[in-house]
Amino acid sequence: MTTVPARPSHPRSRERLIRGALIATALVYVLVLLVAPLAGIVYYALKAGLGEIGTTYNQPDIRHAFYLTGIIMIVTVIVTSVFGVIVALVLARDNFRGKALVSAFVDLPLAVSPVIVGLMAVLLFGRGGWFEPFFAAQGIQIVYALPSMILVTIFIAIPFVIREVVPVLEELGTEEEQAAWTLGASRWQTFRRVTLPNIRWGLLYGIALSAARSIGEVGAVLIVSGSLQGQTETATLYILRAFDQYQDQQGYIVALTLAAFSIVLLIGIETLKRRSTRRAR
Amino acid sequence: MQATATTRPISRARLRPGAAIGRYSLRGVAFLYLGLFILIPVAAVLQAGFSNGLDDLRAALNSFGARNAIELTLVMAALTAVINGVFGTLLAYIFVRMPFPGRDLLSTIVDLPFAVPTLVAGVMLVALYGPNSTVGGWLADHGIHVIFARLGILLALLFVTLPLVVRAVQPVLLELDLAEEEAARVLGAGSWTTFRKIVLPALRPAITAGALLVFARSMGEFGAIVFVSGNIPNQTLTAPVLISQLLNPTNYGSSGGPAEAAAVSSLLFGFSFVVVLVTERLSSRSSGWFFS
Repeated sequence: MTTVPARPSHPRSRERLIRGALIATALVYVLVLLVAPLAGIVYYALKAGLGEIGTTYNQPDIRHAFYLTGIIMIVTVIVTSVFGVIVALVLARDNFRGKALVSAFVDLPLAVSPVIVGLMAVLLFGRGGWFEPFFAAQGIQIVYALPSMILVTIFIAIPFVIREVVPVLEELGTEEEQAAWTLGASRWQTFRRVTLPNIRWGLLYGIALSAARSIGEVGAVLIVSGSLQGQTETATLYILRAFDQYQDQQGYIVALTLAAFSIVLLIGIETLKRRSTRRAR
Repeated sequence: MQATATTRPISRARLRPGAAIGRYSLRGVAFLYLGLFILIPVAAVLQAGFSNGLDDLRAALNSFGARNAIELTLVMAALTAVINGVFGTLLAYIFVRMPFPGRDLLSTIVDLPFAVPTLVAGVMLVALYGPNSTVGGWLADHGIHVIFARLGILLALLFVTLPLVVRAVQPVLLELDLAEEEAARVLGAGSWTTFRKIVLPALRPAITAGALLVFARSMGEFGAIVFVSGNIPNQTLTAPVLISQLLNPTNYGSSGGPAEAAAVSSLLFGFSFVVVLVTERLSSRSSGWFFS
């Protein structure tokens, strides 16, 4: 009689052991891979004290680099979110032959190397490029100037808004939109009053991902910009130069600034989303 | 008339005469955007890569250490895909099936690589494991070299791609019916048998799709690697870094130029495109989009 309860309790305690071991393994992996390097950069960036951070931010070439990164981010976010929503609407609501292929093309920038994206821009707009004669005749410099840096960043950031908004649209269905439609709302009114409020969190998260990616882009921008100090040097390109010229301290500070900005942006939007969905319930 | 109108789905085009025009113009804008920004650039790189047939590719492969660079890139990407495939699945499983205090925090941390710029990820690894740092110095004394070595490349790729498998597997796991797993348990299967026989088969398409995405991302990664690897030809020089070197105007002539870069790029691009197409097939069969 007394041996009966002993048997089932044995596998259960083993189960708990396995569970603990799995969680511990995952924790160690994340700690070593992600948290330790993050702690490392925070330590080295702040080691020299706040005064060093102040002088770093006051350096004119670093200011210009942040300014350039900001412009590229803003233009990229506007273009990829406006057109991203249109593409998402087409992918979620429209039906046509070859939709799977279009969807694969949307994902392509996630898989293509940024340096290849830079090469594409050089081949299109550089010397002997497809569109070079046209823009040269207009006197517009594309490569080694801001336009090409924005173009490559847009290419790389295209998928984020689309991939966040499509699943939301698919789950949403068309009932509400059709109701608005039947009640006499125009296409634009239906979109603005019904569709947009429903997709706003997906859209905002996509925008945050798009912004994070565009301030962090380096490979493509390196190839098309020429990295002219104080002219076409973005924050990431400055980091490359800083470590090349043994200005590690400034490099760490700028790197930490970029990381902190994106982290705050993404976590902020996720928190807002969680709070608003909780309120809705 | 009334009956047929309600049973048959009414197309919007019939409800509103302007709707068809609206739909086609929306489709037109979408195609134009994707065509201008994706299709034309892709066509340009393929045209440049194969304009001399396979000669540029052959020439590039036989010099500049391109063959070794491509091999290294593929091996590192495959290793990354396998390791993060395993740990990504484990993390997704924990997030869905094993509540513990701090789980939400861990989930947020796992998403960090989406936020941290890849170049900054490389900077972080140099800060932590560099020869001048405490940890890096200690490891070097024990014969382990991370920075300017292949281990550093692997760590950088693992860092950058960690969330991809987790976020591909998690939604599928969330939708998975618990009843089957409970049935297996009741019938006497242990937790490992249950996982292997019931959970894993259901997750396989999502894991494969996630791992393929990791492979593709790793193959093209530049920012995270450029500091960490040291870019020693034939040893730690990866294909994307090689392409960037070939495209550096100060190196033109002495070590190739845009033509060779385009040839190597076309090859790399071909791999990426195949991976994306396979992933698309897999994800349309399973639950769909990643990052959801």
